[in-house]
Amino acid sequence: MEEYLKLFVASAITNNFVLTQFLGLCIFFGVSKNLNASIGMGMAVTSVMTLSSLLAWAVYNYILLPLGLQSLMLISFVLLIASFVQLLEMIIKKHAPALYNMWGIYLVLIATNCIVLAVPVTNAELHSDFMTSLVRAIGSGVGFSLAIILMASLREKLQYADVPKSLQGLGISFILAGMLALSFFGFSGMITL
Amino acid sequence: MKKLWEIFYKGLFDQNPIFRLALSLCPALAVTSTVTNALAMGLSVMFVITANNVVVSIFRKVVNPKVRVPVYITSIATIVTVVILTLQAYFPDLYKALYLYLNLIVVFAIILARAEVFAAKNGIVPSFFDGLGMGAGFAGAMVAIGVIRELFGNGTLMGVNVMGAAYNPALIMILPPGGFVLIGLMIASFNLIGEYQDKAKARKQGGVA
Repeated sequence: MEEYLKLFVASAITNNFVLTQFLGLCIFFGVSKNLNASIGMGMAVTSVMTLSSLLAWAVYNYILLPLGLQSLMLISFVLLIASFVQLLEMIIKKHAPALYNMWGIYLVLIATNCIVLAVPVTNAELHSDFMTSLVRAIGSGVGFSLAIILMASLREKLQYADVPKSLQGLGISFILAGMLALSFFGFSGMITL
Repeated sequence: MKKLWEIFYKGLFDQNPIFRLALSLCPALAVTSTVTNALAMGLSVMFVITANNVVVSIFRKVVNPKVRVPVYITSIATIVTVVILTLQAYFPDLYKALYLYLNLIVVFAIILARAEVFAAKNGIVPSFFDGLGMGAGFAGAMVAIGVIRELFGNGTLMGVNVMGAAYNPALIMILPPGGFVLIGLMIASFNLIGEYQDKAKARKQGGVA
């Protein structure tokens, strides 16, 4: 149990995918202009990442490994995640239209995203068992949500600031992300895996 | 010939994938803490983007537009797998350092974007040069970031000490926060240069009229 808790905190904070490993930056900077959108995106990424890493875990351990087809890992994971997200989108559209209106558009955006692919690849690389993969996926999702929500809150404040013209937009956002990464860095060493 | 050069050249500065288009700011930036890794990653991406552009261009009339994205992604994933297996066989150290990020080349927006925007509409030769230019712009930007980070963060370039023993390295540059701040500043300087050029152009045109 303690081991899983450690892994959870490590993947959510000390090894935060966005701020220490530069993953998922595209949506991190794209969506964090607005707090509500960021919350929706965080939820969408967490759930898609958890479900797709479990699927990928099953595919890797029950199909690819027994057949010795590790070289097909990448192709199968990418197609698996993309088609899974499409399916999820269709199901939600049909059965929960309210939910679909809230974060349907984010699903399309994350169909082929670095951060969603990174977790299954890490799991496969480390030959993690089922529980470890699950905990890593949830932890990374929570870490992503934390980072994007903090970033959105900061950027909403930033709108009232007088930023030099050439720094506006992406430039200042990167510097802000650097500051945020610095504060997350304070946690490093708290947990070593 | 001149046109091909223009196609190649635009990827270097005007539409530099990292600084100007802000596409694929993605995970590649994580490996820029040393020049060697940045160069290896940049060259890998350059190869993938060029090869994929050629493949997409060859099959552009065969692929049904409705299924084009899955086809492109399969093509990219195959080429990336080739790169990974090659690195694993010949450069095991690089492979170990870059493993996760090499896999993630598949989802780099820039590669899919070039396939969609350029290669799907153009012949094989222009597509090849477009991929080469974009890839070179990407690799150049990666190496530029890598040089600054390794030089100031570690006092070395490609592992060779160049700053001398008296230099006290600013460790933050090779840590992620320093990377973020540096990239922010570099984007800003690219914008500044762009603004200056626009202004100069406007002044020139104003003078003529």
